[in-house]
Amino acid sequence: MANIETKNVNLYYGDFHALKDISMQMEKNTVTALIGPSGCGKSTYLRLFNRMNDLIDNVKIQGDVLIDDEDIYRKGINVDELRIKVGMVFQKPNPFPKSVFENVAYGLRVNGINDKHIVEETVVRSLKQSALWDEVQDKLQKSAFELSGGQQQRLCIARALAISPSIVLMDEPASALDPISTAKIEELIHELKKEYTIVIVTHNMQQAGRVSDFTGFFYIGELIEFGKTVDIFTSPKKHQTENYITGRFG
Amino acid sequence: MTHLETELSNLRLELNEMWALVISQVKESQYALLNFDKDAASEILFKEKMVDVFELKLDRDCENIIALYNPVASDLRLTLAVIKIVLNLERIADFAKGIAKYIAKSPRDKINPELLEVSRVEELLTNALAMLMDAKTSLDNENSRMAISIFSKDSLIDEVTNGSNKVISDYILKHPDEIDEALNMHNIIRKIERMGDHSSNIAEEIVFYIEAKVLKHNKAARK
Repeated sequence: MANIETKNVNLYYGDFHALKDISMQMEKNTVTALIGPSGCGKSTYLRLFNRMNDLIDNVKIQGDVLIDDEDIYRKGINVDELRIKVGMVFQKPNPFPKSVFENVAYGLRVNGINDKHIVEETVVRSLKQSALWDEVQDKLQKSAFELSGGQQQRLCIARALAISPSIVLMDEPASALDPISTAKIEELIHELKKEYTIVIVTHNMQQAGRVSDFTGFFYIGELIEFGKTVDIFTSPKKHQTENYITGRFG
Repeated sequence: MTHLETELSNLRLELNEMWALVISQVKESQYALLNFDKDAASEILFKEKMVDVFELKLDRDCENIIALYNPVASDLRLTLAVIKIVLNLERIADFAKGIAKYIAKSPRDKINPELLEVSRVEELLTNALAMLMDAKTSLDNENSRMAISIFSKDSLIDEVTNGSNKVISDYILKHPDEIDEALNMHNIIRKIERMGDHSSNIAEEIVFYIEAKVLKHNKAARK
């Protein structure tokens, strides 16, 4: 059973047709990379899964977006619950102006979990899962802004993991980081896929090759090719994919 | 043209130069053998060093391209194919050198024309040369059909080579004073057979580059 599935999804920003008839399936515990030139619709597609596009005026969505076989755009769906299930990490680290500990605990508190032991246990587990614990265990009460960019991004991942999502969306999570921090995030993605389904938007072809199991190439709102990453990067079926990944356009 | 395209284009130019040199080495070895020309043989031995230089240079260029440009898809396949083509070209040039060495070091100054005729070395070398040139043309024109047609030419060489044991032993019985020459000729036939095998390997790499198909160890796909 696919963890995430879209069937003939079309999305319009007013008159602009941003996603054109996209059908794709993503299995549990896999990493799917979405690649394509700027403005191709990959981030718009990613934001379908936690309904972040709803926040944009004049957006119109057609087709089915299913998570664990449930249509997440049906009437009566609880969007807050959906966003617990589908965590998100953004391009720029965006920690809250709070301590390291409180950043990770934030999602729990918002959801009414205040039991000291549960909160502590979850914060430690999430920081360990995001490979940050060793670096911050004695800085838990310090401001999150005192951490480096790479540490802040892993803190944001820990914050996303604390509320036990099953899916983690990442929108260019390493594009603002140095190579060492990028390598740590990539290692982390490898580890996280054992427990989560990950969808990542990236402009870095090598990163897509390194971290993902499947790759979808988007171009002007269309899904041109979707397949195993190893096939896309060695023998893509479509000329447009070949031209894009070899740097001949885009 | 992207930077990588420029690098790959230069790589192909350099490969073509090496290829042309190896073709000329095989052509010369045929001339030297048929005419038992020791000067031509010495020339081949001298030029062999240039083949080695090309091999080292192209290997390094491929390594640099992979390290610096992270090629993917057809760019990656081309780079990998060039690494293997270079290896096979160097081996072919080695066999041409082997033929030249025999001629240059032979105490004789001519070869019995009958031995040349029965062993069919002229025909064999013409075929090996054609395979090598066809392989070059098929890469130049990115023509995988032409590359696949090379395999049938190799079968012809294999057929002649398989019959060579009997041909050579019959020749020895008829000319017991030419055992050494006959055995050397047998050795040369084996070298030509290996040249054909290496050209077939090159053809496999060309198909891999153009069509992303692996023909190695897959006889059915080579038809």
